[in-house]
Amino acid sequence: MTQVASLTLQHNDDARPIIEAILADNDGARVLSMPGAVKIDRDMELVVNRASVEARLGRVWDPQEIHLVLISMAGNLDEDDDAFKVSWKH
Amino acid sequence: MTVKKLGLKQRYAHMTRGLDWETTYQPMDKVFPYDSFEGIKIKDWSAWEDPFRLTMDAYWKFQAEKERKLYAVLDAFAQSNGQTKISDGRYANVVKLFLTGISPEEYQAHRGFAFVGRHMRGVGPRVAAQMQSLDELRHIQTQIHTISHYNKFFDGISEFPHMHDRVWYLSVPKSFFDDARTAGPFEYMIAIGFAFEYVLTNLLFVPFMSGAAYNGDMSTVTFGFSAQSDESRHMTLGIEVIKFLLEQHPDNLPIVQKWVDKWFWRGHKVLGIVAMMMDYMLPKKVMSWREAWDIYFTEAGGSLFQDLARYGLRPPKYAEQATFEADHVSHQNWAVFYQYTHAAAFHTWAPDREHLDWLSEKYPTTFDKYYRPRWEMWAEMAKSGKRFYNMALPQLCQTCQIPMAYTEPSDPTTTCFRHSKFRGETYHFCSDGCKDIFDDEPEKFAQAWLPVHQIFQGNCGGATVPDVLKYYRMNVGADNMDYVGSPDEALWNSWQAGAIKAAE
Repeated sequence: MTQVASLTLQHNDDARPIIEAILADNDGARVLSMPGAVKIDRDMELVVNRASVEARLGRVWDPQEIHLVLISMAGNLDEDDDAFKVSWKH
Repeated sequence: MTVKKLGLKQRYAHMTRGLDWETTYQPMDKVFPYDSFEGIKIKDWSAWEDPFRLTMDAYWKFQAEKERKLYAVLDAFAQSNGQTKISDGRYANVVKLFLTGISPEEYQAHRGFAFVGRHMRGVGPRVAAQMQSLDELRHIQTQIHTISHYNKFFDGISEFPHMHDRVWYLSVPKSFFDDARTAGPFEYMIAIGFAFEYVLTNLLFVPFMSGAAYNGDMSTVTFGFSAQSDESRHMTLGIEVIKFLLEQHPDNLPIVQKWVDKWFWRGHKVLGIVAMMMDYMLPKKVMSWREAWDIYFTEAGGSLFQDLARYGLRPPKYAEQATFEADHVSHQNWAVFYQYTHAAAFHTWAPDREHLDWLSEKYPTTFDKYYRPRWEMWAEMAKSGKRFYNMALPQLCQTCQIPMAYTEPSDPTTTCFRHSKFRGETYHFCSDGCKDIFDDEPEKFAQAWLPVHQIFQGNCGGATVPDVLKYYRMNVGADNMDYVGSPDEALWNSWQAGAIKAAE
C-alpha cells in the first residue's frame, strides 16, 4: 500500500493561500473538501514552500504561521525557515 | 555590517538545550523516581528530536493569536443569537455530549502531561509535555466558555463536572484517562500521546468540528479547530516518542507493542460515542463513521504502521476486529442510549425514514439485516404508546465500563461475553481485547469503579432510578428522555415559529 502524506487545513481566508501553494507545488495532490476543512493528500510527501505562500499572500510569511490553521497531518514532519514538509521517505 | 540571523533549527537548539542540569544535592534517581519502573531503557536523552521547533516565545505568540480569533467569534455568536441558527434543536445534544463526555478529559490530559512534564528525565520531552499540558488546559477553558452560551438555553449542561464523576456512561471516558494517568510516564505518553493523539484523535475532532460547521454551530467549529491546531503538534509529539523509545533500546519493543495494543483497543471503545454522534445525532450528516474510519484509521493508520514496521512494531493486535466493528458500533451504541434515555443527560430519538434510508445506504452489509428492523419495531411500539425503556441495570465490561451491548466477532446476533477469574472473583468483559487488558493487569482493573456495581452496593443515592438520577443531579423531565416532548424542543419550536412570523 502506498503511504499517504496528508495535511488538513481550515477552510478560511488565512488558509486559502497556503492551500493554493500546496496544490501548485505538489503534483498529484488530492483534495477532500469537508465542511469547514480541506484535507490534502499525496503519495509519500507533501510540502508547503514559504516562497510560494508569500507570492500569493503578498507579504512575508513564516512557515510556523501554519500553526494557526493546521488541523491535522500525517507523515514525519520536517520544518525549517523555508518549508514545512510531511513525508514518509527516509 | 548586517548581523546574520540564526536559522530556525539553530534558534531552537539555543532556546531549548543546555537548560537542564545534573542534580547534586539529591541523586537523579530520587529527583525522577517514576521513569524507570516500567522497564523502558533510555541510553541517551539528548537524542530526542522535536520536529516542531517551537520555542516558548513563538508558542505564546501563536497561542495568543488563536485565542484572539476564537473569542472574537464566540462574542459574535452570542451577540447574533447564533443558537437560534443551528440546523435543528436536536443538534444541541451533540454539544452536550461533547461537554460532558470529552471536555473533562481535556482537563485529565492537562494533568497527565503536567505529570510527564515533571517526571521525564530528558529536557526535550519535558518541554514538549509542558506545552501540551498548557494546551489541554486551554482546551477545556475554551470549551466551557463556548458551551456556557448554550447552557443559557438548553438543558443537560450545567452539572457537567458533577456528572462526569458519577454518571454511568461518562465513566467510560473517565476511566480511560484514569487508567492512563495512573500508569507510568512512558505508558501515559504511548497511551495519550501516541495511541490517542496520533492514531485516533482525527476520528474525534474532525467529525465533531466538521459536523458543527455543517450544522450552523459557528462557535464549536471555532473552538474545535482552534484546539485541533494544537493537536497536530501533539500528534508529532506522539510519533516522536514512539520512535525515540524504539530507537533507544531493543528491549523497549515488546513493552511498547503491548501498550500500543492496549491503548488502541481502549481508544477505539471510547470513540464509539463519536460513531454514534456522527451516524445518529447530527441533523445534517458529514460522513458516516465507517467512512471516517476508512480515511483516518485504515488509510492514515496504515501509512503510519508501515513506517514503524522498520522498528519491528506491528499494527495493533485487534485492528482488524475494530475495522469489522466500524459497521456495527454506532447502531449498537445509539440503541443503548435509546433504551436508557431516562438515565441520560441528553435527548434521544428514533431515526426517521429519511435517516434510516441514509443508514441503509452507508451500511449496505449490516444495517438492513441487523439494525433497521429493530428501529422499525421500536417506532411501531412508540406509535402504539409502548415506547421501549429498558429498566434493568446493564452488566458492564470490567475494562472499558461500557454496557455489554456488543456482539460476537463471528455473529452480530449474539452478545459477546468473556470472563476471567482473579483472586476467587469472576470479572466480565465485552470483548477479547478488553479481557486481554484485564488479564495483563488484574490488580489494577479489579479496583475499577463500575457505576452499576456502585448502585447495587448502595453508593449512588439509593436503590431506585429516581434516587440515582437525583444523585447524578439530573433534572428529570428536562435533561433526560426523548427530544420530542422535551423543553428543548418546545424552545426550538418557539424560535422557529417566531422566525416564520417575522418573515410573513
